[in-house]
Amino acid sequence: MILYELIDFDVLRVIWWVLLGVLLTGFALTDGFDMGTAVLLPFVGKTDVERRIVINTIGPVWEGNQVWFILGGGAIFAAWPPLYAVSFSGFYLAMFLVLAALILRPVGFKYRSKRDGVKWRRNWDWALFVGGAVPALIFGVAMGNVLRGVPFHLTEDLMPIYEGGVLWKLLGLLNPFALLAGVVSLSMLTMHGAAWLSLKAEEPVAGRARAIGAKAGIVAAAAYALAGLWLAFGIDGYSMVNPVPADGPSNPLYNEVVRGGSWFAAYAQRPWIAIAPIAGFVGIALTVLGLRAGREASTFLASKLAITGIISSVGLVMFPFILPSRTNPDSSLSVWDASSSHQTLFVMLVAAVIFMPIILAYTAWVYKVLWGKVTADDVTGESHSY
Amino acid sequence: MEFDVVELSRLQFAMTALYHFLFVPLTLGLSILVAIMETVYVMTNRPIWRQMTKFWGTLFGINFVLGVATGITMEFQFGMNWSYYSHYVGDIFGAPLAIEGLMAFFLEATFVGLFFFGWDKLSKVAHMVVAWLVAIGSNFSALWILIANGWMQNPVGAQFNPDTMRMEMTSFFEVMFNEVAQAKFVHTVSAGYVTASVFVLGVSAWYMLKGRHIELARRSIAVASSFGLAAALSVVVLGDESGYSASHTQKMKLAAIEAMWETHEAPAPFTLIGFPDQEARETHYAIHIPYVMGLIGTRSLTQEIPGIDDLVAESEDKIRSGLIAYDALMTIRSERDATPADVRATFEEHSEDLGYALLLKRYVDDPREATEEQIVMAAEDTVPHVWPLFWAFRIMVGLGFSFIAVMAGFFIMAQIKGMRFPRPALWLAVIMIPAPWIAAELGWIVAEYGRQPWTVDGVLPTALSASHLSVGDLLITLAGFVLFYSVLFIIEMGLMVKYIRKGPQEDVEATEVWMEKHERRMRSSGEVSPAE
Repeated sequence: MILYELIDFDVLRVIWWVLLGVLLTGFALTDGFDMGTAVLLPFVGKTDVERRIVINTIGPVWEGNQVWFILGGGAIFAAWPPLYAVSFSGFYLAMFLVLAALILRPVGFKYRSKRDGVKWRRNWDWALFVGGAVPALIFGVAMGNVLRGVPFHLTEDLMPIYEGGVLWKLLGLLNPFALLAGVVSLSMLTMHGAAWLSLKAEEPVAGRARAIGAKAGIVAAAAYALAGLWLAFGIDGYSMVNPVPADGPSNPLYNEVVRGGSWFAAYAQRPWIAIAPIAGFVGIALTVLGLRAGREASTFLASKLAITGIISSVGLVMFPFILPSRTNPDSSLSVWDASSSHQTLFVMLVAAVIFMPIILAYTAWVYKVLWGKVTADDVTGESHSY
Repeated sequence: MEFDVVELSRLQFAMTALYHFLFVPLTLGLSILVAIMETVYVMTNRPIWRQMTKFWGTLFGINFVLGVATGITMEFQFGMNWSYYSHYVGDIFGAPLAIEGLMAFFLEATFVGLFFFGWDKLSKVAHMVVAWLVAIGSNFSALWILIANGWMQNPVGAQFNPDTMRMEMTSFFEVMFNEVAQAKFVHTVSAGYVTASVFVLGVSAWYMLKGRHIELARRSIAVASSFGLAAALSVVVLGDESGYSASHTQKMKLAAIEAMWETHEAPAPFTLIGFPDQEARETHYAIHIPYVMGLIGTRSLTQEIPGIDDLVAESEDKIRSGLIAYDALMTIRSERDATPADVRATFEEHSEDLGYALLLKRYVDDPREATEEQIVMAAEDTVPHVWPLFWAFRIMVGLGFSFIAVMAGFFIMAQIKGMRFPRPALWLAVIMIPAPWIAAELGWIVAEYGRQPWTVDGVLPTALSASHLSVGDLLITLAGFVLFYSVLFIIEMGLMVKYIRKGPQEDVEATEVWMEKHERRMRSSGEVSPAE
């Protein structure tokens, strides 16, 4: 069986690097508005009916959206096993917090309105807020830490060892740069949630969401710009010491890596990647203007553009690295030395090529069926609403 | 590597997996039962079937959400707690997990929202299709996760790559059509169908006892008992298939389940009950049924099934062979650019047993320095704890046969005109509700506890698989899971009970309209309208 040799190993690696970005972006675009909406929930819904309108805008779609996250985890496992092994065990307690938040959220959607008590519902509202805000923040913090480099090394058996004690591993993540990245992600997703509510909720919920969303957008733009400057001048980048064979074995220890210089050197080498941050800023600007003008569908698209630009800018500036090590640079994981085998990447690509179009088609169909605003009548009338 | 971290990681994995599997079987079965009910509704147009679809659908939804939520933990726990495992076998194990997401999770999760929110937005037929897509998605997800699990039991289609220090896939088809995986898949989904059938049967029986929702309850019993009978038969037959495949893929597990200390001349007897004593290597007060074990395990009268003692001796041989592979691997690693060809050849020859050498890592850092005594100890380690497996298996099988009996009984009663069910039978159905869950959890204990001391049979020992974490990390998350999961469980049970007590929402108006039409149709065709 040499079918998989139809596509070269290095090409497959780049394809899977792109697909990793597609999955993370897909997650941020879909589940991102769920998180943003949950963050906005206590502030844009004053009465129980209003809050139920907010929840019911995402009620039918959050389950599908969440699969982007699960698939992201599965695809990292399958295509980038070392990345999965190092990052999930390294960010152990942070991952646990994300898990807890992500479990709380669906349960909140589903169970909140199944009982009448005021207290029951108010508690679930705050649980939903936490379930949206915590992962939105942590994903940004994690990105910030990846850019700085993470304190781990690989033994000769390729066992990942993460440095630091129990609490330090969690608190060490909360350095100022990473927190700033967390602010970018939280404000960006809040803006995205506002754009969604503007599209899907009726007044006065939509109006309140637009007002908060426009402010969140401005915060996101400022934090993103600041983080960019910090990255350019205050954070060390990483580079390979020798040219690395792009189709070599997936063993990070075979390649020598040095820390120093700036990540922004990438912009000199590949000027075209500037398109990503430009898309990020333009997207935010269009979203803020659209929210203020009360435009709906186009604003949601602009918000998607902003998120795609911002996430892509992180991946592109780091290429070929995917997880640098700050304490032992030689252990750093890159596109050329941290992938699955040639055959597995090929098999997975075939699966993705078959199923992704089908998934996108039926997801689009479901959104079309559900098209239109959620109104107070929908919420109070239908027995199956949340 | 701290031993405690391994034990705590195992405890956490077992706990979260068993908890996850409280919700999975009901999702697997109820999704199909609901789809069947909705199909009957679409075909007959009778509002009662729509009411049934909605009622069981609501209970399905309450259960489904926790299945999804706790499933996320499973997907991430490999990386969080088993990072060396993830590195070592991710090249094979990750693929079915990712395909599960692509093929199954998206399908079920995207359409389940539409199932609940689409009643007024879709045509009847379209809504029915949506219900089936949810059911198909759920069942596909079981297929892929069991392909992944099947590979841990019987690691086919893969080999060790010294350059990357991990197992790599050599044949995706072998991984996919692994006989262990296929038998497990049908066994597991059938167990899910039994679970849902017993659940529907029990809840309906309770309504009959209370004299409530009789129309809904009778029809639900009719559907559940026929579906459940077929499923219960399938569970037992495919369980037998699993036993047969274990006899050549996981001999040690089979010997431990049966407490077969010594190789018995063929055909071996089946030990019905007894008290296995691992120290003394014998089973006290055993009751044997001649020939049966040989027939189940080998489907022949002449083939022997090896006992534990012989298998331990076999393990010792494999450890010695594995040490040759390990030694060659170290040479390959230190002389990467100029490895002598004969060293590579030696490695290839023995690489199948490399995992057995890794068993020694529990005792020494470099397995090559192991003493004779340590080798004997490591060989001894390949025997799992016998008595929990022995009893878990027997209780599971006993429950399996009881499901056949109960389902057959209700199936026959449901065929008789008037559908009269004696009260004791109805009470039995109510009491039976927890039984399939017990059987399913025991099934997993047999499968996974029986796989010890390996995470991947013969390839990677459990003791090596865990992440480099501290006991403190584990205690925090373990406490977090216990607390968090307990609260969720209480809430979920509360809601289930609340919605069962509340019962279906009877759609009086639609029912009257339908009855009127139905009678008119009956009169015009000259038939007498039925008494019910």
